[in-house]
Order: sequence, then structure tokens, then C-alpha cells
Amino acid sequence: MSSSHSYPHEPTGVETRKLGMWVFLSTEILFFGTLITTFMIFKGSDFPGMKLTDVYDIPFTSISSFILLMSSLTMVLAHNALEANDQEKTRVWLLATAMLGAVFLAGQIYEFTEFYHKGFELTTNIFSSSFYVLTGFHGLHVFIGVVLLLALWGIGQRQKGLTLEGGMNLEFVALYWHFVDIVWIVLFTVVYLI
Amino acid sequence: MTKIIEPSKQSSIFRRPSSETGIWSWITTVDHKRIGIMYGYAAFFFLLIGGLEALILRIQLSQPDNNFLTAAEYNAMFTMHGTTMIFLAIMPISAAFFNYLLPLQIGARDVAFPRLNALSFWIFIFGGAFLYSTFIFGTAGAPEGGYLAEEVGWLGSAPNGGWFGYQPNAGMKYSPGTAMDYWAIGLQILGIASLISAFNFITTIINMRTEGMRFMRMPVFTWMTFAVSFLLAFSLPIIAIALFYVTFDRKFGTTFFLTEGGGDPILWQHLFWLFGHPEVYILILPAFGIVSEVLPTFSRKPLFGYAAIVFAGFGIAFIGFGVWAHHMFASAISPVAQAGFGLSTMVIAVPTGVKIFNWLGTIWGGKLKLNTPMLFSLGFIGMFVIGGLSGVTHSIVPADTQQTDTYYVVAHFHYVLFGGALFGIFSGLYYWFPKVWGKMYNESLGKIHFWLMMIGFNLTFGPMHWLGLQGQVRRTWVYAEETNLQFWNIIVTVGAFIIALSIIVFMINWIFSKRNGEKAPFDPWDARTLEWAIPSPTPVWNFSTAPIVKSLDDFWHTKYSEDEEGRAVRREEADQILLELEEDGLNPSEHIALPNPSYFPIVLASGLPFLGYAVIYKSIPLALIGTVLLLIGGFGWGTEPLEEEIHIDSDE
Amino acid sequence: MITLYTISTLSLIVVDNINMLVKNIFKLKNLRFLALVFLSACIENAPLDSLSPEGPYARSIDELFWLTFWIAVVIFLIVQGALLLSVFVFKEKPDSPEPKQIHGNTKLEILWTVIPVIILAVIAVPTVRTIFDLANEPKDALKIEVIGHQWWFEYKYPDYDITTANVLVIPADRPVRLEMWSNDVLHNYWVPKLNGKRYLVPGQTTYLNLHADSPDEFWAQCGEYCGLSHSKMRGRVLSLSENDFEAWVKNQQQNANKLEGNSLAAEGQQVYLNAGCTQCHVIDGVWDVQGDRIAPNLTHFANRNVFAGAALYNNRENLSKWLANPAEIKPGTFMPNLELTEAEINALIAYLGTLK
Repeated sequence: MSSSHSYPHEPTGVETRKLGMWVFLSTEILFFGTLITTFMIFKGSDFPGMKLTDVYDIPFTSISSFILLMSSLTMVLAHNALEANDQEKTRVWLLATAMLGAVFLAGQIYEFTEFYHKGFELTTNIFSSSFYVLTGFHGLHVFIGVVLLLALWGIGQRQKGLTLEGGMNLEFVALYWHFVDIVWIVLFTVVYLI
Repeated sequence: MTKIIEPSKQSSIFRRPSSETGIWSWITTVDHKRIGIMYGYAAFFFLLIGGLEALILRIQLSQPDNNFLTAAEYNAMFTMHGTTMIFLAIMPISAAFFNYLLPLQIGARDVAFPRLNALSFWIFIFGGAFLYSTFIFGTAGAPEGGYLAEEVGWLGSAPNGGWFGYQPNAGMKYSPGTAMDYWAIGLQILGIASLISAFNFITTIINMRTEGMRFMRMPVFTWMTFAVSFLLAFSLPIIAIALFYVTFDRKFGTTFFLTEGGGDPILWQHLFWLFGHPEVYILILPAFGIVSEVLPTFSRKPLFGYAAIVFAGFGIAFIGFGVWAHHMFASAISPVAQAGFGLSTMVIAVPTGVKIFNWLGTIWGGKLKLNTPMLFSLGFIGMFVIGGLSGVTHSIVPADTQQTDTYYVVAHFHYVLFGGALFGIFSGLYYWFPKVWGKMYNESLGKIHFWLMMIGFNLTFGPMHWLGLQGQVRRTWVYAEETNLQFWNIIVTVGAFIIALSIIVFMINWIFSKRNGEKAPFDPWDARTLEWAIPSPTPVWNFSTAPIVKSLDDFWHTKYSEDEEGRAVRREEADQILLELEEDGLNPSEHIALPNPSYFPIVLASGLPFLGYAVIYKSIPLALIGTVLLLIGGFGWGTEPLEEEIHIDSDE
Repeated sequence: MITLYTISTLSLIVVDNINMLVKNIFKLKNLRFLALVFLSACIENAPLDSLSPEGPYARSIDELFWLTFWIAVVIFLIVQGALLLSVFVFKEKPDSPEPKQIHGNTKLEILWTVIPVIILAVIAVPTVRTIFDLANEPKDALKIEVIGHQWWFEYKYPDYDITTANVLVIPADRPVRLEMWSNDVLHNYWVPKLNGKRYLVPGQTTYLNLHADSPDEFWAQCGEYCGLSHSKMRGRVLSLSENDFEAWVKNQQQNANKLEGNSLAAEGQQVYLNAGCTQCHVIDGVWDVQGDRIAPNLTHFANRNVFAGAALYNNRENLSKWLANPAEIKPGTFMPNLELTEAEINALIAYLGTLK
């Protein structure tokens, strides 16, 4: 056994924090997988009563889905800007991403209130309960994402600006944000379209 | 030698913690070794409580139609016994081993995310405290419309729906009060702790291995940690969602598991056991890892079939996700599902068998040193085989419909989780005692502990096989005198107290040896893995310089070569190498960057119980307090610089 | 059964090494002593014994269990034998040489992978066959509905229009098909001597076949934890010869007689009608209501030898204890303490005794 080699040693060549994020996201798949599976089970059950199809507004949700998708694009633009070390543009695109996320959230809140007024409440029946818990859980993720983006934007205001290294970096948040977007594409298909 | 930690001058509105000794140094520590030790003590504390609950249960069951406990108390006790032993004792005690040993075994300075590690520990502590606060704040009672002859009392105001929380019995209508909320949310918090440590260990194993530590050179204990972390990462999300549903059902009137609103109580069983079966392997695989370290060391032979043992471990973990419904053979599932899950359950016996035979192959032809850790490891094999074989009788579905929900099952899983997991854990506690404390434990007391526990264990759980086959049903507060179950129940209770006695012997040994034990030599067991290539107790910096690994059991090969017959021969230079290693280990020559202690893990973690209480009592102020604590913790965490250097003056 | 005991005792000496003393105690003296005690405990009959089948279903399970058990015993002896042998043979001695560094043996490892696979395949075939045999609906089976309540079993015979509780009466030597569901939480119906367990689930129907060889009485017990008085959710199964069963059916189909006059029993009937019992209990012919009541039908109460979820024998002493305060006996019960006077209780007991 010989020694003398300096720390840290990353045998995979992947940055450790990024690797940690990937591991985290892989368990997130299980979170959403469980939620979606139970939603599908209940969706297929023949319990009488109000269903999502009685209240939903596909065009509206399509637009808000499109907005969330666009936020992934702005996220990529922010990342590109940072790679080019353009702090100004990075901040703009970051803020744009956060705003698009916020618009999506506002849309979801509006949608929930609309459904609520139509009598499709959390405790109406199994269909409504599983709908709200599933989409609400995703909404919570978007909310956390927006907070992270704003925090990043705030850090970018400081003198040093943003970098692609360090604890809370842009790449880290971008991974999370893209994941949340992709999940929504699945949810939108499963919940509204099928 | 002096160490100087310079507090950060960088922007942070909070002063950095800088104590190296005293209580604050423990509260703010991010050192994996200290966290491991704290995990160990906390888990052992809960093990004692869980054991106490078991003794209370056994007193009640020593006589037919006994009234030592009320039904409410009995139900609360068995629920808390199961929940405590699984989530607050065995899992965290395994986490203690992971924390302490994993970085040492792969030659790393710490885990990948030291502060997350501290966070997961503190979340575990707060989760356990939250769950146990049910004895103070919780309420329980008769189902809606039912009557009780007497008050429930504090002992009965704990969760009472079983550790499995079957719905709808654990729902609001049939388990009113807040006790089951404490259970659901407490498990949720504990789940977060385990999930975080799972991310941490997976990342650590993938990315923190020292140079040359290829996957197939990792010690088996590290491999099992890896497998357990994957099991945690992929099974805990399922139970987390299921517990969300339970909490929604109980607190906000949804009907996920309630038939009257379109829900399905059997869905809970599926989700619970989709988590619950991998959980069994989460509990047992660390013991597999420990035994796979202890047996080769004290047989002075390499592990027989290293690759097979590793793949068998992962095979068990993988198949473990496909057998959950064998907990539901008597439930509402079709004969096709029964047959399928029966077969998949049988299949899991194959990799398990491979492991057992390979362990036997390891000791066969060795030079066995029968000291306490070795005795516990050998005992582990003997007891685990019994649990495994009774497990095979469960895969025979028709036979299982007779055995399920009886004491036969209780006997089975205690042979697996006590005779298996806990024997393995005790083996590990003795084995690594010198490494952690730099002292030797008392061998005679250790052997007394082993034999008392072996006797007590078999007296307790052996007769339970018979009791179960004779029709004693689990979770029953009383049994009728005509069932003729009394004789063996008395034996079982006596056995339980012998176990308690053995635990006292263990504690005495621990306390006295830690204080007055002989000083442990550098490598007391002539061991094989990297953690023995550094001084005992482990220095703060683990390895003064990163070791470079050239083979499996590299440390052993440094000391030994083989002659033409294949027998181990000690190298002439071995003693010299050991001396140098000890010297180097105590006197690091380079500046060492160690992660800094931090207040924020404990601050962040302290927010969670408030959020838990907020959900139970639907209280906005409590929710705000919790959120603020989370935000302070998160903000401080995000803005504090990660690591600074410990400057070491090695010119003594 | 001695084998089962031997297993647990053998395990005590698995890694024996300290000295002969310990070994002797456990191997010889205690073994013999405990084996005697064990046998004496064995001779007495346990009413919930799952190893003394009294019908074809339970018997097929029993055979399967013993097949597996003996295979397990052989494996157990091989493994523990190898373990003990290696401990004794390879225990460190002053002159032990350093061992050969064997890293594995592929052939051997393949062998001990394949052999268990073959053994399991041997067990799997009868297992799968028995699973489907047990699930099939038998021909010419009597259908009985079992409804689980916290904490008693209700039985309905749709063919005969009978509703009863706690004691399931079945014809001997004829298969019975139970259609089961629960009224509240999960329950689990278990008559160990006749078949394995099956859950009762709210909102779903599950099935279980019973078949008793001959007229006899069997014990039943709820297997699944179902709340406070789970341990007292018991039952009896009474298998009757063909004639007796027909007589029983005829009797059950009769309504109770409305009592007139001044007898103690008639007073008891008044208590039943006025004290609040009728809220939950039906007595056909005396208090007829549409639909189900949440408590057992009492029309033929005196015909059943047990009551209160079969936790109590049907006798005077038990009845007066029960009526005085039901929750004392079954915590959580839905039967309130009606604050009956001793006179009322006596009258009620007299009345209940007439409900044959």
C-alpha cells in the first residue's frame, strides 16, 4: 500500500455536487412515479361522481404548460450566457425563468380556484383528491424551483457575480428546473390528455 | 502538535462555530466519525426504549387473560416497539456504521456532503423526538361510537395502529386522536433523514473512492452500504407518498384509503410493502456487510467468492423490490398473484443461500480466532439460517395463510432481524471498538454477553414458532386460557429478560472498557481493510495522505504474501511498514482541508418538527416558526463558505 | 414436533466454544428435561392448532407444510453441521499453520446456486397447484356470507334466509364457500383446523372454502389487527351431521315468540324493548326492523354457546358481567353501558335464555 496523493479524488470525473443532484432526481422519479401510478389506478376506478373531465379547460392548461416549457428554454439561455461569462444576460434570463415559473404557478392557482368553484374540491371524491395532491405536489416543486432561481438571481447581484462552481450554482438549479419541466410534460399528458 | 481552525472572515451574518471540544463541538460537527458516534448512541438509546417496550409486552403475555396492560396500552406498546426498533434503532445503528466506516474503508477524508450528513443526523434526532412526544401530547381512544371502560392514559396515547398502519383501521374514524398523526408524520421526518443520507452515501461511494479503489476492490461492507443506500433511495419515496395520503386522509378529509370515498385500503398495503420489503433488506444488508468483514479477518483467509457475495447482495436488493405481496398472501389478491409472488419469494432464497455458503467457505480451512466479534458473526450465520428457512416456509403460499399473522411470523422475522441484523451489529460494535475508542473491550464480558444473548434469544423466539403454529395470533392483547398457550409464553418472557440481562452486560463492558480498557494496538486484529491502516482512535483527518490501493484487501497484502502452497506468509518488512503507517497517520505533512463545523444543519432540521406539529394541530403560527427556521437554516447554509484549512504544525 | 424443538435447542449450541460445561448443560440435561415438558405441553390439545387439520383443505396445506419443513430440516442440519464442524476443526490452536488463501471456487459456487434452485422448483410445483385448488369454488358448496364487524363475525345464509353471529354452523363433510367482506376495518377469518386465513375487506368480496370431515366444534379467530379488541374477536365453527344441520336450519328460520304475562322473562323482554337494546339488536318476531343493525341478531341467542365476539361463554355469570359494563370486557365496544339495574339484568338474562 502506498500513498501520497492529494484530495479530493473524483474517480468518475463528474463533479460531486452534480452527481448528488442526479441521485436526488432519480429518487424524485420514484416520488412522482408513485403519485402518478396511484392517480392512474384511481382514474380507472368506477366510483360515481364528479371527474376531472367535467371541469377541466384544456386550452388554458395547454398555454400554461407551454409557458413552463419556455422557461426551460430561458434556463438554457441563462446557462449559455454564464458560460460566455455574460453576467448581465445571465441575470436577465434567470429572472425570466423565475417569472415564467411564477406565471405557471399563478395559472395553477387560478385553475384550482376555478375547479373549486365548480364543486371539484379536495375532498369531493377520490378523483379530485388524487388530482390535487398530484398536481399540487408538482406545484410545490415549481415553487421551490422559483425560490432557488430568485436566490440565484440575488447571489448574482453581488459583486463576484455567478460562477459555474461552488455550492448553489446555476448548473445545479438548472438540472432541477429541467427535471420539474419534464415531469410536467408527463403529468399534463397523463392527467389531462389521456 | 496543535490545530488551529481560523474562523471565517468571509461574509456571513452568523459567527462560525469554532469550538473543538464540549457540547457545541458535537452539535456543530460535520465530521463523519463524530456523527457516526452520535448516531450510534442515539440509536442505542432507542434500542433500550424499544427493548423496554418489548419487556412490557412480554409481561402482559406471560399469563392468559392478563390485565397488566389495558388493550389500548398494549396496542400502543407493540406499535411503538416495532416502529422504534425498525426506524429508530436498527436503521440508525446501521447509519452509525456507514458514517463511521464508509469514508475510512474507501480511503476518503469525509463523506461527499458533510453538512448534509449532519443534517440527516439532526433530522433523525428531531424525528425520533417528535415521534416520542406523542406520549406527552398525543391522544388516542375508541373508534367513533365505541366505548372505553377507563381512560387511555399516557402509555396508551401513543400510536396504536401497528408499525404497518393498515388502513382503514389507522384512519381517523377508527383511530381517533392525534397519536397516529404523530406516527405518520414522524415516519415522514425520519424518512427524510434516511433519504438524505442515502444520497450522501451513494455519491460518496461513487465519487470519493481513493485512487485505485475500483468498485471491485471495495470492502463488502462498503458494497452493502451501497446496496442499502439504493434501497433507501428507491423505496422511501414510495412510503413518503403513501404517508402523505394517510396524513391527507386523517387531517384533510380525503379518502385515498377509505372505501366510502372511492379509495382502496389494499392500495395502502401495496404501497407500504413496496417500501416495507426493501426495508427488511435495508435492515439486514448492513449486517451482511459486517459479517463479511469479521469472518475473513478472524479466519485469516480472504472472503470466499467476493464477487458472488457482492452480486448476491445486489441480487437480494433487486429481487427485494419484486416480492412485496408476500406480506399479503391472506389479503385480497388473486391466486395468480399469490403464485407469482410465492415464486419470486422462493427465488430470493437463492442469492441468500449463496451468501451463507460463501461465508461457510470463508471459515472452512481457516484459523479461527473465536473472540467476541467472531462469535457474534458465527451466531449470526446460525440464527439467520433459521430465519431464512422459516422464510422459505412463508413462500409456500397455502402454508403461509396458516402462519401469517401468528407468532410463527414473529419468530421468523426476529430470527432475521435480531438473530441476523442485531447479532451482526453487535459483532461490528465489538470488532470496531478498538478503532473508534483506541481501547480494547473486555473479552470475557464480551463472551458472557454473547452466550447470555444467544440463550435468551433462542428461549424468546424459538418457542414462538411453536406458539404460532399452535394458533397464537399476533398483536393480541390477551389469549384465552383454553388455547393452551401458557407454558411457552412463560418461557418466552423469561427469555426476554435474559436478553435484557445480556444487554446490561454489554453496557457495562462498553462503559468500563471505553474508560479503562487496555490501549488498543494500531492493528489489533491483523485486519484486511483500509480503516486499520490508520491510528486508533481515528485521527480527525482520517488519512494523513490519500492511500493508493492496488488490490482487494490491499492492507493485508501489504503485510502478507503467499508461499507456493498458497499459505499466508508475513512479509519481513511488514512491521516496519506498520510502524511507518502509524507514524505518518499521526503526523500529516500537508495542510489538510477539512469541512468546517456549522450551526445550520441543526437549525434547518429543527424546523421540521414544527411543521409536523403545524399539520397535526392545523396551526399557522407553528407552520410559520417551522418555515422561518428552515429559511434561516437554508440561507445560512447557502451563504457560508464550505471548507477551510486546518493548519497543522507537525514540528513538535 | 420434537424436531422443531430440537432445532431451537441445536441452535443454542451452534457456536459452542467456551467449554464443555456450557455445552453439556444445553445438549444433554436441559434437552431431556425440556423435551419432556415439551411433550407434555404437546399432548394437550390447542383449539387453534394449525397442525391438526380436520378437513381436506387444511390437510392439503398441512402436507405442503411438512414437505417444506423436512426439506428445511435437512438444509438446516447440513448448514449448522458445516458451521459447527468448521468451528471445531479449524479453531485456532497453538500449532495451527497459516491457512491457505483461497479466494473462491467457481464450480462449488455454481453448485450451491443450482442445488437450491432445484430444491425450490420441487417445492414450487405442489405449491402452485395447491394455491389454485384452494381458490377454486367447490361444487355443491353451501354459500355463507361472513361480515366482519369490530369485533365479531356475522353470518348470513342466503339460501335459508338466516342471520346469526359468533357461531358459524356448517354441515359436516360438505364444502362451504364463504363470501366475506367487512363492515368497517380489515379483519381476517381463520379456522386453523379447516383452512388458512383470508382477509375481510370493506368494499370488496373475498372467498374462503371450509370443509370439516365430521361433526365437531372448531375455534376461529380474527387474524388481522383490527383495533382495540382484536384479541377478543373470536369465533366458533360448529359442524353438524346432515340431520342435525337441517334441524338447526329449521329452528333458525323460526321467529321468536312474543312473551306475554308476568314471568321474569317477559319482564326481560320489556327491558329489551325499552332500555335501548333495540337501537342495535334485532329479535325477529319481537322487534322487526328493515335493514341491518350494527349488533348481532339475538333471535336465537340461547342457541349459541358463546357471545360477545365469542370472547365469553354464554352463561349467567358472564352475561351479568357483560350487561353491567360491556367496555370492561371488550374495550372500544360499540355497546354502551346502559346503566341497567341488577333486577333489569336478571330479567334480561332470563329473557335471553328463552331465545332458543
